[in-house]
Amino acid sequence: MSHISIRELHVSYDGHPALKNITVDIPDRQITAIIGPSGCGKTTLLRCCNRLIDLTDGAHVSGQVLIDGVNILDPAVDIILLRKKMGFLAQRPYPLPMSIYDNVAYGPRLHGVRDRRQLDQIVTRCLQATNLWEEVEHRLRSSAAKLSVGQQQRLCLARALAVDPEVLLGDEPTSALDPLSAQQVEKRLIELKGEYTIVLVTHILRQAKRLADYVIFLYLGELIEHGPAAEVFTHPRHTLTRAYLGGEVS
Amino acid sequence: MEARRLEEAFFRGLMALSLLLVVASLASVLAIVLLKGLPSLTWEMVTQLPRGGYYLGKSGGILNAIVGSLWLGLGATAAALLLSLPLVCYLQREYGGASRLAYLTRLSLDVMWGIPSIVYGAFGFALMLYLGLRASLLGGIITLTFVELPIMARAIHEVVKMVPPDLKEASYALGATRLETSSKVVWRYALPGVFTAILLAFGRGIGDAAAVLFTAGYTDYLSRSLTEPVASLPLAVFFQINTPFPRVQERAYASAAILLAIVLLLSLPSRWLVRRWEAHLPR
Amino acid sequence: MPRQWRDRLAALMMKGLALACVALALSISIALLAKSWPVLSACGLRQLLLGSSWHPRQGAFGCYPFLIGTLWVSGLAMALSIPICLLCALYLSEHARSRLRAAAKPMLDLLAGIPSVVFGLWGMLAVVPVVRWLGWRAGVATTGYSVLAGGVVLAIMVFPIIISVAEEVLRKVPLEAREASLALGATRWQTTKHVVVRAALPGIIAAIILGFTRAFGETMAVLMVVGNVARLPRSLFDPAYPLPALIANNYGEMMSVPRYDAALMFAALMLLAVVLGFNIMAALVLRALERRLA
Repeated sequence: MSHISIRELHVSYDGHPALKNITVDIPDRQITAIIGPSGCGKTTLLRCCNRLIDLTDGAHVSGQVLIDGVNILDPAVDIILLRKKMGFLAQRPYPLPMSIYDNVAYGPRLHGVRDRRQLDQIVTRCLQATNLWEEVEHRLRSSAAKLSVGQQQRLCLARALAVDPEVLLGDEPTSALDPLSAQQVEKRLIELKGEYTIVLVTHILRQAKRLADYVIFLYLGELIEHGPAAEVFTHPRHTLTRAYLGGEVS
Repeated sequence: MEARRLEEAFFRGLMALSLLLVVASLASVLAIVLLKGLPSLTWEMVTQLPRGGYYLGKSGGILNAIVGSLWLGLGATAAALLLSLPLVCYLQREYGGASRLAYLTRLSLDVMWGIPSIVYGAFGFALMLYLGLRASLLGGIITLTFVELPIMARAIHEVVKMVPPDLKEASYALGATRLETSSKVVWRYALPGVFTAILLAFGRGIGDAAAVLFTAGYTDYLSRSLTEPVASLPLAVFFQINTPFPRVQERAYASAAILLAIVLLLSLPSRWLVRRWEAHLPR
Repeated sequence: MPRQWRDRLAALMMKGLALACVALALSISIALLAKSWPVLSACGLRQLLLGSSWHPRQGAFGCYPFLIGTLWVSGLAMALSIPICLLCALYLSEHARSRLRAAAKPMLDLLAGIPSVVFGLWGMLAVVPVVRWLGWRAGVATTGYSVLAGGVVLAIMVFPIIISVAEEVLRKVPLEAREASLALGATRWQTTKHVVVRAALPGIIAAIILGFTRAFGETMAVLMVVGNVARLPRSLFDPAYPLPALIANNYGEMMSVPRYDAALMFAALMLLAVVLGFNIMAALVLRALERRLA
């Protein structure tokens, strides 16, 4: 069953095409990795899924991105509800300028949760889900900026979980982290895949091999190949895919 | 859900309204002063000195004030420039930049930037008494220099701070001394910014009434030496508006229009020139 | 070698100049203190600050009405300009397209460059009659030369300072901050309110304090519209007599009455003290805020 269906997606920046005619289905409750050399449109594709592409001046988008059957690129769509459904992890973790507690509670508060006990529950649950709880439970009120980079990224993950999304989008979420923290984030993502559909952009092939259930390979804005990870990694059909996996193209 | 949208639309509207308000105030000031002043602006006003009875409505002009202001502005700006350049140069890292003295200098400049010009006027007056000077062009220049120095130093400092360290390193790597790097490389890079700083300070100096009130005096004649009192445009406006004669008051509007025109003439072309200059710089 | 000597000589001269600069800043305070000493020792600080009677020929130099007048006018100016400037700066940094922002910069520069007397003149022509009319509508007798007129003119004079500093600080907040908030489903205004303003808060407060110090010391424009009556204002429609106006209006007489000059120097000293005090307060507040937020 596919949660996210992309149909004939075209994106160009100031006339320069970044994504050409992408049509693919992203499977539900699995980790999908979008791989490909740098500059080939991976991040663009990701940012179309939660309409963060709207923030880029000069971006022109056409086609359809269907989430649960609704085309989210339609201007009439409620962006706020959409973004609530799609959790987002940026490459460099950005803790909001507030305490750890307020960071996680920010999302729920936006969407109307006022009850103190409810917020406490959400914060505890999300921090536990990202394995951050023991490390911070005694200093929830201190500034989030004091955390280490790895902790900050896990905080961002907890923040994203707090709004109860269905999908988690990650734009190279571990590339700014040290190996140990990266490992921890990867472990959390694997644990979460049963409940959420996860889409990750990564340029680290080994990470894709470790985590992915489904693979999408982009090259220079075009969809070259996609399929279950086992198939794509062991029996790639396209020569470009083979070249990329073999390290000849990067 | 709807509450959030409404809140967003409401504040967005409020924000746009504020911008409109600010622009409208500017437009109002320019429009009213120019509309009131330009009709009374005659060639006579700009080219003649006030004759006897000028302040009672008789003939003459404010050439004394125009020339006086230009002298005051030029003198103070030149002095402030001569002082600011070495000061800002000293604040660079390769000179005293990290030292206690540099910290105190920056602090002093910050404090002086905030001191109102009336306080400089009072200080200037006290200084002149101490030095035995009368209210004169020199006194006015000294006081205006105090006013312009922190403004100019701050503006130039901002520009010099932005010089890429690689540029300076390239110069030092060739064996240049600090002085040579600062005077040949940094200076060229900072030139548009320095030019803007000069115009900015000059405009500020010409328009300042409070600093010259005690220290420059006033006269109906063109001042011929540094030790004579000198007229200035802001004070000319002030004195003329305070008379009970409508004809003289209209001249006050005209004088204000002249002052405004000078300031406008200074600030507008400077931006255009700076942009052209900056096109030639390495990025 | 002469090149080395030139370099060292230049460095020495620059150092001397820096010393002179610091000395200048100090000597301003010292000179004003010295010149106000006669009246300080004769009347005492308490009497000068809190006394309400100002009769120089009789030796009474109570500056209280002028202090309060200054506070009224500056306070009103800040109350008017802070919301307008913040909203304007937010619009420019968060919503305006780059063309609009580029067009706004020269307009702010222009506003900042207009001389004080010109603002005063505009105030006499445009603001004072309106205040008079407002007073008439409200049933208050006023000439229009009032705290209200002074506050409005002063507010417009500090617009460019607060707006340009605030806008700069707001733009420095990284794009990731806004993205992080929007990605969670926040509206733009919520993002602005909770994230951008919070992150930029130290700078915004600095901008406000900067504006206040400018407002406090502004002389000419306020003098021309505020009425210059040495009484405590009881409403916005009453005239006031701020400290800078006091100094400017009376310098002519000050040498003829004993201790008058010292009293005016004391007024200047008070202005200096307030500016210094605000500078220090700003630095302390900024440091405390930065520690809390980062």
